[in-house]
Amino acid sequence: MAKFKLPKFLIAAVLFYAVIELLYTFELMNGYILHIINQSLIYVILAVSLNLINGITGQFSLGHMGFAGVGAYVSGTLTTLIFKINPSAPGGMLIFVLSIIAGGIAAAFIGFLIGFPSLRLKGDYLAIVTLGFGEIIRTIFNNIDYVGGPRGLLGIPKFSNFTIIFIATFLTIIIIRNLIQSSHGRAMLSIRENELASELVGIDTTKYKVLAFSIGAFFAGIAGGLFAHLLQLAHPTQFGFIKSVEVLIMIYAGGVGSITGSMIAAFALTFLSEGLRLGIRFIADTTGLPIGGEWRMVIYSLLLIFIMLFRTEGLMGTKESRLIKIKEAD
Amino acid sequence: MSIGLFRIRANLEHSVTGFANIRIARKGTVRMGSIFNAQQIVNGLQVGSIYALIALGYTMVYGIVRLINFAHGDFYMIGAYASYGAFFLFNSFFVGKTGILAFIVLAASMLAGGVIAMLANQLAYKPLRYKPKLSSLITAIGVSMFLEYFFSALPMIGPSYRSFPDIIPKVEINLGLATISNYVVIDIAVAAILMVGLTILVRKSVLGKAMRAVSQDKDAARLMGIDIEKVIGYTFLIGGAFAGVAGLLAGMTYPRIFPYMGIQPGLKAFIAAVLGGIGSIPGAVLGAYIMGLAETFASAYNSLIGEGIAFAILILVLLIRPRGLLGEKTADKI
Repeated sequence: MAKFKLPKFLIAAVLFYAVIELLYTFELMNGYILHIINQSLIYVILAVSLNLINGITGQFSLGHMGFAGVGAYVSGTLTTLIFKINPSAPGGMLIFVLSIIAGGIAAAFIGFLIGFPSLRLKGDYLAIVTLGFGEIIRTIFNNIDYVGGPRGLLGIPKFSNFTIIFIATFLTIIIIRNLIQSSHGRAMLSIRENELASELVGIDTTKYKVLAFSIGAFFAGIAGGLFAHLLQLAHPTQFGFIKSVEVLIMIYAGGVGSITGSMIAAFALTFLSEGLRLGIRFIADTTGLPIGGEWRMVIYSLLLIFIMLFRTEGLMGTKESRLIKIKEAD
Repeated sequence: MSIGLFRIRANLEHSVTGFANIRIARKGTVRMGSIFNAQQIVNGLQVGSIYALIALGYTMVYGIVRLINFAHGDFYMIGAYASYGAFFLFNSFFVGKTGILAFIVLAASMLAGGVIAMLANQLAYKPLRYKPKLSSLITAIGVSMFLEYFFSALPMIGPSYRSFPDIIPKVEINLGLATISNYVVIDIAVAAILMVGLTILVRKSVLGKAMRAVSQDKDAARLMGIDIEKVIGYTFLIGGAFAGVAGLLAGMTYPRIFPYMGIQPGLKAFIAAVLGGIGSIPGAVLGAYIMGLAETFASAYNSLIGEGIAFAILILVLLIRPRGLLGEKTADKI
């Protein structure tokens, strides 16, 4: 019997929430930083869910933001175009939560469909198919006039706040953590380690690959929905290949297969990204040099190359923090 | 991440869609005659030639190091910029001597594409040669992003579009069924000459023999005294040079270049290589022409289908015949 260490993580999470909330209430932290924290938390959901597919099950997916896009557009369409709710309306919050979940389910369904080709494909081919899938999703959004086409879906009500995003992130981490450390998660891990061997010991590899894709896509869809209701828009380019690569950098920087690593990297890179943006603007303003936001992505891509060259296993490797880990019974 | 960045990408990606500017997206009723006609076949062959040059590099590199070189589309972009730069550098020296100028521009595009490809191999891929395959793939994504953003970050290049000069005066000939410009002839002819040259190189030369040996069995090739790294380096050089020429041809034909121009053609050429059977040189050419034609016909029908057909082809090929049309059947080693 595994002995659950949930309370410890719960305490840490509640502390984190309380500190942020207090800092914000007493105006020691401004809305801008809170906004970045919100974004970081959403990236934590994306990174942890991608880690389930890439890191734990070993199925290389390059279209993770495509799933997020499905979630964003489905939930955004529900709240903005169908129910036309706003945050002050009675019952608005309930409809919002249900819409987000609907977005997650839609994304999970797409993930389920994508999981099937992955049964026959390995490594680079799977990467290309998932990349292609992400591009197809983007193209479809770009061409549906009902959801704004290339202009994007605008005027989405701002429902996502720190509390909602925090709860969603917390639940995602707990669910994926428990999944990884259950027998299902062990089966997924064994597929990563050696697919053939795990098939020989009687693991239904097909089932677990599709399961990993569906669950990962579900949480990506949730993250996409939260993102759309935070930024108040859903735009086809938010869910393109480059964005998927950003999430990929997070899991590889943090350590493939480590939830802790994904969490740290999601926070660190979101803050780094904002810092670079401000820093580059500052340098451009003070020195008058013609440098633009592209340098941010230059640094990002160099970071990715250097991680792969010099620390392929990432910051944490496959290690987990003690807060996350479930102690195995002796 | 930042909304501002989304906007920048939005403007770019909207036009990144390959050769969208030459496509004829018709609305309303479409007659079959407007889709399958001689003009579309000519356009398809022209696009196919450019895809073929890119696809050859993909397939050669994959055949030898089993790496999907994501950055290959960016060598194409570099070729286009190198020829652009070379044209303006030498334009004033060779006024009226179009032939010499065209040759210099061609050489510049090949050299730039080839050298950058070789450097990418040396600096980024070589250290990871014996690490898990996925780490090279991710590094390739990193190299690709680096080249794109570095070029758009450089002040003298910048993220905006540049119109490509007419290196050779454009002449259009109306043949009744289709209008053919001399650019179409140049595109198809240059591609054909290079492909024949490559075939001779691979079949007859010592280097070609070494390449075939390395692609069959790296370890055995090493035991036979073949310098594997040298062969891989030359493969990148040739593949990059071909992509560079493709960039020059695309720049001339669709006279507009920008740092992200390699993304879509790169992906489509890769799909063409998979369609033909990755690792197979005739397969890459066949796949590229099929892709070029399919895409032109599909775009004439509907722009959405035109954008998506490449990926639809990819998924179909991988589901039905993963080794591609001319690919060799391989078994998993246990």
